[in-house]
Amino acid sequence: MATKILTEHINVPGIETFDVYRKQGGYTAVEKALKTMTPEEVVEEVKKSGVRGRGGAGFPMGMKWSFLAKPEGVPRYLVCNADESEPGTFKDHYLMKTIPHLLIEGMIISSYALGANKSFIYVRGELMYVIHILEKAIEEAKAKGFLGKNILGTGYDLELVVQPGGGAYICGEETALLESLEGKRGNPRNKPPFPAVKGLYQSPTVVNNVESIATTSWIVNHGGEAYAAIGIGRSTGTKLISASGHINKPGVYEIELGVPVEDFIYADEWCGGIRPGHKLKAVVAGGSSVPILPANLILNLANGEKRLMSYESLSDGGFQTGTMLGSGGFIVMDETTCIVRNTWNFARFYHHESCGQCSPCREGTGWMEKVLHRIEHGHGHRQDIDLLVDVAKKIEGNTICPLGDAAAWPVASAIRHFRDEFEWHITNPQEATQPGAVYRGEMALV
Amino acid sequence: MTTESNNTIQFTPDRLEKAKEIIARYPEGKQKSALLPLLHLLQEQEGWTSPEGMDYIAQMLDIQPIEVYEVATFYTMYHINPVGKHVIEYCRTGPCCLMGGEDVYAHLKQRLGIDAGQTTVDGRFTLKEVECLAACGMGPVFQIREKYYMNLTNERVDEIIDELSK
Ligand SMILES: Cc1cc2nc3c(=O)[nH]c(=O)nc-3n(C[C@H](O)[C@H](O)[C@H](O)COP(=O)(O)O)c2cc1C
Ligand code: SF4
Repeated sequence: MATKILTEHINVPGIETFDVYRKQGGYTAVEKALKTMTPEEVVEEVKKSGVRGRGGAGFPMGMKWSFLAKPEGVPRYLVCNADESEPGTFKDHYLMKTIPHLLIEGMIISSYALGANKSFIYVRGELMYVIHILEKAIEEAKAKGFLGKNILGTGYDLELVVQPGGGAYICGEETALLESLEGKRGNPRNKPPFPAVKGLYQSPTVVNNVESIATTSWIVNHGGEAYAAIGIGRSTGTKLISASGHINKPGVYEIELGVPVEDFIYADEWCGGIRPGHKLKAVVAGGSSVPILPANLILNLANGEKRLMSYESLSDGGFQTGTMLGSGGFIVMDETTCIVRNTWNFARFYHHESCGQCSPCREGTGWMEKVLHRIEHGHGHRQDIDLLVDVAKKIEGNTICPLGDAAAWPVASAIRHFRDEFEWHITNPQEATQPGAVYRGEMALV
Repeated sequence: MTTESNNTIQFTPDRLEKAKEIIARYPEGKQKSALLPLLHLLQEQEGWTSPEGMDYIAQMLDIQPIEVYEVATFYTMYHINPVGKHVIEYCRTGPCCLMGGEDVYAHLKQRLGIDAGQTTVDGRFTLKEVECLAACGMGPVFQIREKYYMNLTNERVDEIIDELSK
């Protein structure tokens, strides 16, 4: 039986309530941390665990925590990123609505470790019903003495605030999130200064993803080394994967990092295979921002070895033949999928979500959407494919925040691996624009 | 409640309580942080974020009205124009489309007789296209206020519309 760190008790009836969560061993990590450990010791365990940020960038959490500036007399803040808006990603939504106390417990431990007395959970506004669930959980925890003044008689005070967003993907970017939390438009900030030095209200701030924060209870209970023993290499622990698309069993799965991609797609324990009568064409493995890979390259590395669900294995081969684990939004496409249409759809998303501060992103995302729209709708020119590659290249690396890169990669990778399909749209517009038409040329389906 | 303004809009007593509680969440002098939550509260009461309502919030937070307008227009959830009784926010993003989201959307539009951004003549439904709602495993998806409607099919859409038309 694979180790479950976050979802072990998720199917216990009533787990959303304090009492049931507590009966399953909940809040023992808060007791242990606050009563028997110093904040530095908690940070040390998180460092030892090797857990990497689960919001997409994969930055080691313990290291991020140790960068937090600690000037005298200035408050420090922890902000949980529950903006979850990356297409294909729905794990934080699932975790918060089913087992809200896991996040609350993690918030208490993490806030204690960082010396924060007021911490925020920024939830995308569309999830207002989840906000109500979290607020209820906070009330319960407060009533039991796990939040508020002098928690468990230890002298430590903590208040949790749940903040709704207003609908904007860019507010998942941590500095845009902080701007939004200050009541402003979600325009990402120039870095440096980094949030660890000047974050919320210009005070030192740590921003972490829901899933990252939720791991801390287990780490405190079992120790960082036990966590690091799970997984593979520098991909320690477990990861929640949001599986969607043409599979038999879409849903959120907690996997030990290092599971072969092939098993994840075909085993009954996880996705349960491609829907009956169809074949695997492509996968976007880590949320819409990461490069798309064709069937053969998602299952196997360029050297023929099996590809694994880990940070290193998914990125093996760089962007030529690899991709990224990202947020774990695993979107599976069978042979009925038109890659051009999907790429246009994603390009429209990034254009819609660009905050508009940097010209390469603001103009480039709109330009890519327009060109992809005309290819998909039978009006493409022969030069359009190279034009897209060129625009994507000019956005990448030339913007304030990584949304520019996130917009460029899906387009560049789709052309890299499915160029024939784009050409077919341009040379056979009549055929390609028939309802439901999909390129059936030479390509490896599995 | 005393107020010097000519605003015709005010929060109901319980929402006013709630608003005060929200403003008190933030550190001293950082009350502007309450802006997004208060705009949600306004929309919940009025159905949209009307100019009068936004001015009322500006006054409440002691900020310039423009600071409210620029925020309300940045975020997609705030309706800066009047809307119908039920606003259907339909996900148009890739993963939902893979699950047949485009066909179901076409059916919904036909059923309502309107396009994105429009309101039915009886004022009952407004249709709005939105991006990914973080429910990709249960697509196609749309949202009405706080409720998510998932695994949509043409039949399911008809049922929902019938129900809400009663
Ligand atoms: C455009 C954009 C959107 C992002 N959206 C999210 C998000 O929804 N949730 C999240 O946790 N991180 C998101 N991130 C990453 C955050 O900026 C940040 O790295 C993360 O919250 C840090 O937490 P972690 O280290 O625990 O992963 C996004 C980044 C970018 C550039
Ligand atoms: S890259 Fe795009 S989203 Fe990011 S700051 Fe620049 S314009 Fe805004």
